[in-house]
Amino acid sequence: MSDPKIEGYEFKPGFGGMAADTASDQTMFKGVHWGKAMMWIFLLSDTFIFSCFLISYMKGRGSTPVEWPNASEVFGLHVFGVDVPLLLIAIMTFVLITSSGTMALAVKYGYEKNRKMCGWLILATAIGGLTFVGMQAFEWSKLIHEGVRPWENPFGAAQFGSFFFMITGFHGTHVSIGVIFLFIYAYKTFAGHYDERKRGWFTSMKGDYVEIEILGLYWHFVDLVWVFIFAFFYLW
Amino acid sequence: MAEADKKEQTTTHKIGIYLWIWGLLFVLSFFSYMVDWYQFQGMLRWSLILIFMFLKAGLIMAFFMHLFWERYALVNVLLWPMTAIACFIFLMVAEFKYTLFTRLLYFFVGG
Repeated sequence: MSDPKIEGYEFKPGFGGMAADTASDQTMFKGVHWGKAMMWIFLLSDTFIFSCFLISYMKGRGSTPVEWPNASEVFGLHVFGVDVPLLLIAIMTFVLITSSGTMALAVKYGYEKNRKMCGWLILATAIGGLTFVGMQAFEWSKLIHEGVRPWENPFGAAQFGSFFFMITGFHGTHVSIGVIFLFIYAYKTFAGHYDERKRGWFTSMKGDYVEIEILGLYWHFVDLVWVFIFAFFYLW
Repeated sequence: MAEADKKEQTTTHKIGIYLWIWGLLFVLSFFSYMVDWYQFQGMLRWSLILIFMFLKAGLIMAFFMHLFWERYALVNVLLWPMTAIACFIFLMVAEFKYTLFTRLLYFFVGG
């Protein structure tokens, strides 16, 4: 494959490289897989979506004269006769970070062409994500049973419900989509599609372990968003 | 193989760095949970939450998402738009203060 955008390209590090990149002919990120560049652009736009959600949450919470529900109590669990604040959310955070770690290792082993290790780690990541979604479903049903609705709740300001369902729902959707793709990629890895450079289902692009890194970027982003949701929605 | 090498000049990193970052994320998450556990209030709570949040976000972006090793052009393309979000936050802070003021004025004091 001779790609004029890649042929004869030499990467320069530092600000000199940045000047060369931004002033370069035809394409800015020479030598970068297009899928990776596009994933970064997508994540940038997704950042703006989640920022808008969190900023509207800030605006809604800041402008209501009614007391905001105490997240520490609302999301607390009663286990073994003790009330533990935010227990489920803490476990969800640790599960998501664990799955982020396995994904980072999967990317590393992918580049080392260690097919088995890469596949198992992607599978572990998918199971972590599935656990997270399951716990979120439990949390949703618990709150719905307690009477939390997008328009009212028994704990305080009415806006709480709508922001909760909107923000965690959108994040949960991202996790669910990620889990589906993780299972697909785990299959593709085990089947050796990246070793054989087999073409994908909807693309003529040859399989390459860079696809694992692209999926990894998405998965780490989901974890990244959770860091912000955890801080602003659950802890603040 | 040769074209793959040319296409993506990736260097794999030692497993230690990932395990370190992983451990740090666990510790930082534990700390931010402790903020709630000990029920710190006021400025102390908010500053601790923000510090742990930015540290975690920074670690994930820098090492798990490889931005630390990435070319500066990509890093700049990604990080500069964040200033727009910061501006938006400042605008909306002014906005919610005004909304709260008018609500208090008309709902409780009476215009």
